[in-house]
Amino acid sequence: MKLKIFFLLLCCTWFGAQAQSLTGNVLIKNGTVLTVTKGTLENTDVLVKDGKITQIGKNLVAPAGYNVIDASGMHVMPGIIDAHSHIALSVVNEATQPNTGQVFVGDALDPLDVSIYRALAGGCTTSHAMHGSANAIGGQCETIKHRYGTVDADALRMDGAPRTIKFALGENPTRVHGSGNGIVPRTRMGVEHVIRQSFAEGKEYMEKWDAYKAASKTKGFRGAPPAYDYRLETMADILRGNIIIHCHSYRADEIYMLLNVCRDFGVKKLVFQHVNEGFKVAPELAQFGAMASVFADWWAYKFEVYYSTAYNAAILHKNGVVTSINSDSEELIRHLYHEAAKTQKYGGLTDDEALAMITINAAKQLGIENRVGSIEVGKEADIAIFKGHPLSSYTIPMLTLVDGVVRFDREKDADDQRIYVDPKGTTDNATFHKYFHNHENCLEGAEQTMVKLFGFN
Amino acid sequence: MKKSLNTIAIAIALFLTLSYTFAQSPKGKYGTFALTHATVYTVTKGIINNGTVIIRNGKIEAVGTNIAIPSGAEVIDCKGQFIYPGMIDSGTRLGLVEVSSDPRTTDFNEVGDVVPQMKALTAVNPNSALIPVTRVSGVTTVISNPEGSMFPGTAALINLHGYTPDQMFAGFEGVVLNFPNTGRRGFWDRRTDDEIKKATDKAMEKLNDVWDKATQYHKLDSATNGKGVGYYPELQALLPVLRGKQTLLIEANASKDITAALKWIKEKKIKKVVLTGVLEGWRVADEIAKAGIPVIAGPVQAVPSREYDRYDRAYANPGLLRKAGVKVALQTGQAENVRNLPYHAAYAAAYGMGQEEALKAVTIVPAEIFGVADKLGSIEVGKSATLFICDGDPFETKTNIKHVFIDGWQIPMVSRQTQLYDEFLQRDPGVNKAKQ
Repeated sequence: MKLKIFFLLLCCTWFGAQAQSLTGNVLIKNGTVLTVTKGTLENTDVLVKDGKITQIGKNLVAPAGYNVIDASGMHVMPGIIDAHSHIALSVVNEATQPNTGQVFVGDALDPLDVSIYRALAGGCTTSHAMHGSANAIGGQCETIKHRYGTVDADALRMDGAPRTIKFALGENPTRVHGSGNGIVPRTRMGVEHVIRQSFAEGKEYMEKWDAYKAASKTKGFRGAPPAYDYRLETMADILRGNIIIHCHSYRADEIYMLLNVCRDFGVKKLVFQHVNEGFKVAPELAQFGAMASVFADWWAYKFEVYYSTAYNAAILHKNGVVTSINSDSEELIRHLYHEAAKTQKYGGLTDDEALAMITINAAKQLGIENRVGSIEVGKEADIAIFKGHPLSSYTIPMLTLVDGVVRFDREKDADDQRIYVDPKGTTDNATFHKYFHNHENCLEGAEQTMVKLFGFN
Repeated sequence: MKKSLNTIAIAIALFLTLSYTFAQSPKGKYGTFALTHATVYTVTKGIINNGTVIIRNGKIEAVGTNIAIPSGAEVIDCKGQFIYPGMIDSGTRLGLVEVSSDPRTTDFNEVGDVVPQMKALTAVNPNSALIPVTRVSGVTTVISNPEGSMFPGTAALINLHGYTPDQMFAGFEGVVLNFPNTGRRGFWDRRTDDEIKKATDKAMEKLNDVWDKATQYHKLDSATNGKGVGYYPELQALLPVLRGKQTLLIEANASKDITAALKWIKEKKIKKVVLTGVLEGWRVADEIAKAGIPVIAGPVQAVPSREYDRYDRAYANPGLLRKAGVKVALQTGQAENVRNLPYHAAYAAAYGMGQEEALKAVTIVPAEIFGVADKLGSIEVGKSATLFICDGDPFETKTNIKHVFIDGWQIPMVSRQTQLYDEFLQRDPGVNKAKQ
């Protein structure tokens, strides 16, 4: 018995020690530093204390006990941020109602997902773990840091990052609910209705509570509070500006629709995801101040992306829309630097503009631009180190740090990087995706409906 | 008077420029071309600096320095630019699908487990919007694969220019065999290990049964000089493979499936054969090399097939196979994004294959595998003028492809994607419809 308690204590201490080592002290020496926001600095050192960048300059000296990384001949850039991903989640869709704003993917984080390690191996340090696109209003999302190695789901959260929620327009919600369940929305008209109705209900709820709170301050007040409803509370928080909407969208008309709906309800924090036809309404997006997170070149995998162009990011950017390149895929998240480089082929963006698409712009869309997304003093030390320029297709990510802790080191990379091996899990069967490039990751969890509809399995 | 004439001249010039800019469907151009002052990557005969390539009658007429320019040739000055043979993607479904989620636009997956008589070439849509998007990237030639079942059909090598399948045909067809597969097909494949094993065993039994029937058919057909055997189109389609006259393209990805396929090939004494996919080829590279069978590897930008494999296995696979002595061509397995072939090659190069070998894997090696090296795969006199001109290393993302020639046709550097860029970069009207 005593022995058991001892082991239990030992375990607690070990996990405790793990939790404490979430930040590191490090000096990165003599690299070509791509700050993204403040130009490129040759032969420059970056000093990191307690997970934060404290100094950028030449010939810096590491205090005792600091980890020193020689980055001579290497490129040092801010950790890559993916504004649209579904890694580190054990479920993606609560595909049961057109509005499931009450659910939160942060309740389903999976720190054991090896995709986190593979993302680190591509220099990606932060991702936006999103609910799927089965519902017009999906669940709330979680911004995570890729602290792979921890078994504590809470340790993945980027504490203090703003709340975000997934919306979805077009084919996915109309297929799942209209065609699949025979309820609104079956069309893009219905999608607008679901969102307007949800906002209207949220507004009514918010006003009831505001009235109650005001009244409860008066002397001798004896009324009962309105019934609590977390779904409506979430809608109210969107209207209050406490939650950023990240909306899965493709066609210009539906993007324009949501701009109008949000304008009518005074909602300003709006980021469009995928937004393949965003380029067609770029002036309207810029005028609203809405942002866009796009694929570099995905198109034609469904009808609503047939009239797309790989020049989308460049058109949006040149029209003044804050634009990022995302992955929505456990494969692409491993080479977002290459996806960003495609904006140079399709639209001739500069190195800094291209790199901003996977760093500072994505940070702005998640509301974390004061903490990450560039190499600046005071920012968190999420840093990726490359052999070769990160926008070259021959580049190789070598080291990735999150909060100053090395989480990926190509030189020390082992064959098997799983944290925990399920003894009952299959080890011999491999998975091959050849013609399935996971374009439907957004619909993971809604497969039953899809099988029923289209018979694919 | 002079002033108004000038105005008219300017107006005409402007009109001509505009009508050129707004031409909706520009056509290819055939003729005699002299590509001068270029750095020519011949692939098979080294690099020629300040070189000239002459294109006439659809062929490369001359390559080298100090080449006389034929009278009447259109001269394209390639100073500071590079000439490469057109890139070949050895596994796509280009032409057989327009919008992959919509079954009304997919033609790669016919009903039936054994339908090798279904010919990809029949269903290739020369007017697919995906084709111009692909060819302006320098990918000029692709294998278009039927897929889905055990013998889903016969693949075809096509050039990405032409108005009929015959005009596009590039001289190779091969029967596709999806070797009984022990792997999962995706996240939605929720079969148990037992179910997978049973399905694989059953598939293997069926494959051997089909092959036995084809062998019988071959014997009867030979004995009767092709008469009196009856109409068995699926067996007829397998005959040329059985007789060693046509290539069998065997897809196998899991290492034990590759091993099983190698054993099966040996057992059945199949002469012309290529392994495709081979995502876990690196695990059994020596076996493949020993068998002397070429492979079509890819997609290279892919996740490893197993959670416990190194993150970069798919990137490194082509290089590991090549080092073991295997002949390696590359494929994207894509349709709409076959244009990314050069980046799959770049990843293979960076993760161990090297640039020279990676370039061969998308040019001369597939040309050899498909038996069309007399026409494609390198810049040599007498070969088809299927090539492109670019302003840098074609595997680098920011490099622009300047000109593309396919069978001597100069391809318009326009696709729907470039047209949308031209229309929407500065949309008119902008936010306000009324002109200020």
